[in-house]
Amino acid sequence: MSASRLRWAIPAAVIPVLVLLAYGFKTDPREVPSPLLGRPAAAFSLTTFAGTPLSLEGLRGKVVMLNFWASWCIPACYEEAPALERTWQAYKDKGVTVVGVNIQDKEAAAREFLSRFEHSFPNAPDPRGRVAVDYGVYGVPETFFIDSRGRVRFKHVGALTDNIARRHLDALLKEPS
Amino acid sequence: MTRGLAGAALAVALAAGVGWAAPAPAATQPAPAATKVDEQTVRDVATQLRCVVCQTVSVADSPSETANQMRAIIRERLAAGDSPAQVLAYFVERYGDWILLSPPKSGFTLLVWVVPFVGLGIGLVLVAITVRRWSRAPQAAGPSQLDPAVRERIRREMSETDR
Repeated sequence: MSASRLRWAIPAAVIPVLVLLAYGFKTDPREVPSPLLGRPAAAFSLTTFAGTPLSLEGLRGKVVMLNFWASWCIPACYEEAPALERTWQAYKDKGVTVVGVNIQDKEAAAREFLSRFEHSFPNAPDPRGRVAVDYGVYGVPETFFIDSRGRVRFKHVGALTDNIARRHLDALLKEPS
Repeated sequence: MTRGLAGAALAVALAAGVGWAAPAPAATQPAPAATKVDEQTVRDVATQLRCVVCQTVSVADSPSETANQMRAIIRERLAAGDSPAQVLAYFVERYGDWILLSPPKSGFTLLVWVVPFVGLGIGLVLVAITVRRWSRAPQAAGPSQLDPAVRERIRREMSETDR
């Protein structure tokens, strides 16, 4: 009797554990879904490295690609840097603004990064980390795609590529504003 | 019996949940704006939040700049009159439940709180059943099953070896 009972008791005990482990090991602990998707993007007002004011309010009606970066973020921020500038050049006349927010960084190192990659889109430091927390940023680089109505629509974690940027921006530009 | 134990486990989990949420009602009373912030309260909130740039370290225990900035935000919001629960909600809104070091006692993560107690309950029941079977079985089945002829032979052979 106890043998026949064991026959189902062992799988009954082991299978749920295996299912739970399979689920757990398949998820990436660093890939955390953002609760912000679909919600209005948090307002910010910063001053760019060039000294001009930069606010989300001032970009209303445009699709915004908001990129959080740091000069110490090696290699991901260096890998994506040329793609950011290329995307800006390709989309700046189509109603898209690329915005860089520099977090957890030293100003001199950040400026050196910007001149090295000849970034010409607006870039601003976030010295107190408020904007980063408002967007739930937990690492660099992270890129948020904000539609023309000011809602966060996509979030990309890790180095951005031309293809990913193009895919998200084209999708947002196709929508009626 | 399993159900009773699971129920008890759930009650324990719920009681723990109540304990965790307890500071909220006291603190929701409107605090005057720009009150002096108790550093212990800042620490209490910070210990419940995950340092986002570290692995498994709380905002209170991390020396990183990000954690430092997050502590400043906690302090600022408490000073503006937010309750500790509201400050936690502020971070959860932006980062999701992931930011909390203790998984919430609802939804999928309730499993984390309940399963150990349920497992313990099932284990206790199995041990009780097994022990009861061990202590009962020999008396019920033991002597009567032995063939009288065999018993007689054992008795005979044992008395022979004694000699």
